[in-house]
Amino acid sequence: MATLQLRRVVKRFHETAVIHGVDLEAAEGEFVVFVGPSGCGKSTLLRMICGLEEVSEGDILIDGVRVNEVPPARRGLAMVFQSYALYPHMSVYQNLSFGLENLRLPRAEIDAKVREAARMLRLDQFLERRPTALSGGQRQRVAIGRAIVREPRIFLFDEPLSNLDAELRVQMRGEIAQLHHRLGTNMIYVTHDQVEAMTMADKIVVLRAGRIEQVGAPLELYNAPANQFVAGFIGSPRMNFLEGPLTAVDGSIGVVVEGIGTIRTDASGEGVTEGARVTLGIRPEHVALGRCGCNDVSFDVAQSEQLGNTTTLFFASPGFAVQVAGQVPARRGEAMSLNLPPDRCHVFDADGKALPRQSKGAAA
Amino acid sequence: MTRLLAMLTARRGRGHLHWTDWASYLHLLIGLLLMFGPVLWLVLSSFKSEAGLVEFPPRLLPYEQARVSVEGYQQPLALFRITAGDMKGRELAEVRRIGLQAQMVDPANPREIIRIPAQDRERVMRLHFALENYGDLTGRFAFGTYLWNSVFITAMATLITLLVNSMAAFALSKYRFSGRDAVFVTILATLMIPPTIILVPNFFIASALGLVNSPWGVIWPGVATPTGVFLLRQYMLTIPDELIDAARMDHASEWRIYWRIVLPLSAPALAVLAIFSVMWRWNEFLWPMIVLNRSETFTLQLALNSFQGELTTSWNYLLAMTVLTLLPVTAIFLLLQRYITQGIASAGVK
Repeated sequence: MATLQLRRVVKRFHETAVIHGVDLEAAEGEFVVFVGPSGCGKSTLLRMICGLEEVSEGDILIDGVRVNEVPPARRGLAMVFQSYALYPHMSVYQNLSFGLENLRLPRAEIDAKVREAARMLRLDQFLERRPTALSGGQRQRVAIGRAIVREPRIFLFDEPLSNLDAELRVQMRGEIAQLHHRLGTNMIYVTHDQVEAMTMADKIVVLRAGRIEQVGAPLELYNAPANQFVAGFIGSPRMNFLEGPLTAVDGSIGVVVEGIGTIRTDASGEGVTEGARVTLGIRPEHVALGRCGCNDVSFDVAQSEQLGNTTTLFFASPGFAVQVAGQVPARRGEAMSLNLPPDRCHVFDADGKALPRQSKGAAA
Repeated sequence: MTRLLAMLTARRGRGHLHWTDWASYLHLLIGLLLMFGPVLWLVLSSFKSEAGLVEFPPRLLPYEQARVSVEGYQQPLALFRITAGDMKGRELAEVRRIGLQAQMVDPANPREIIRIPAQDRERVMRLHFALENYGDLTGRFAFGTYLWNSVFITAMATLITLLVNSMAAFALSKYRFSGRDAVFVTILATLMIPPTIILVPNFFIASALGLVNSPWGVIWPGVATPTGVFLLRQYMLTIPDELIDAARMDHASEWRIYWRIVLPLSAPALAVLAIFSVMWRWNEFLWPMIVLNRSETFTLQLALNSFQGELTTSWNYLLAMTVLTLLPVTAIFLLLQRYITQGIASAGVK
């Protein structure tokens, strides 16, 4: 159990900054997920925390102690690498014990710890095997085991599931979440997969181009994205965006979308002038079928994906997706009536920042 | 064994020999003769006696004139078969030759001297392996000393070469520091300097360090090889950096990372360099000749050279020693070649 703090952390490679002053706090036992598109600096940030990359500016504190100059091994962290980084010439047992041998622990103690970790991860019968003789999931567990035996204050995971197939990924996701419950240790987990982020995290940190876009609990990010990037990044299928000038409608604001008309929302118009270009966002699963007398629209179906439990409809003009529960028969070219519930609409200003909602209770 | 046989008798045609079978077996046969012929000749010649070596026309197998001991004569006498005259078909021993006549004796009847014209007889040859060529090496020459010198220099130099070159390669492949590429290019650039150019300066240094006539004088100057550094660095670049990061997280010191992670994983490249180094060192001639002047410090190659005297050369001993000199390198190659193929295979298959 530990706390982690990043204070205005900057990373530069040859004058080019890749991390631009990141501030972050992780409370004891928290599961924090860094998520973002590739190249956003999430792995670099993780490597800075564990000490494999130097910090150009700012401070990293673990349990309130500055660790910028502390070598990786002495920070009390353990890392699970994307490629697992198992030592190919050592058996599973040696892979697990290598770190403890380096600490010069007594042999009996090493043995006990290795066997305990192996039992916990169901690796008992593979201890004498080489990593090459293991399946992907087993290798993954060895990599986690190597982190566990060191009893770190914080676990760091660098896209640990990206090399696994879909089914194993779901399974390992569950195992890591369970492990977190059992050990109660802080975990920092880097991924580009928003499903992993949403399912595992206590707190998600969305990064883009070396900056934090938003920090929050998974549903917070889903329900109240702070900006257009987070809105588009979290949620699948992607949120629909429609652009147009802002207009005032009955005390709240609306967006005039070309070819569709005015869409009413319950965002407040504070700080924005009428006529400013804004972006309206609504999630595909929040669009309702049929008419309700408010924000009614009608689009021609371009494509439909029937998954049985849900149906996703795509419309070509404007580029728009709708996801509804159940099975909805839809033919290509057929006109479909939809309505966009105002309380589900997000409005982003020209800089992509979300406009606050008028009444807090409306959002669900 | 059956697999070896299957490989040796493999053919394309079913039940008959396709023309490609003829072509490939002919090709292989020529290759075998070209590669193995000289070695075979060397080995067979090394079993010939001094007289057998200079015989014309030369024979492949070590033949020698048969000799018999005859009662009344101290030395064994050379046997001849008579080809003409009364005694045709008989085998007689030569006592002495006077001009065109030879005094012969029948081994069965040693008292009677028979005169035979020298052209009416031919020598009786028999297969004889002159093992004394090898046997004498240890007694008459300090072969053991030369062998030990060579083995010591080769083994020590190879060990140090592997250690030094792999350390340089580790730093050049896994550390990021300014000037790294410049250092690497400089190391490679030394390949362009022929060793003969720096022979004299090298000798001055060796002499100043008191290494003349010491095996270390042969070992030290050649331990850092640009080829070795290059070979190992290129291989180590393929070791994922994440492994080294992982080891660093595992509290491993830099030396431990090198010793426990990088070295074992570079084993195939190390095996290749070991073979090269053994061959270089074992066959090295020019530098040892300059550094080592006293015969008790000679390596095998120098000893071989000293066998070629100004007036006479003992070819039989020279050949025997050459064969013995070839053996260790061949053995090492056979031993390590498995690792080379393994290395290539594992690198190719991921």
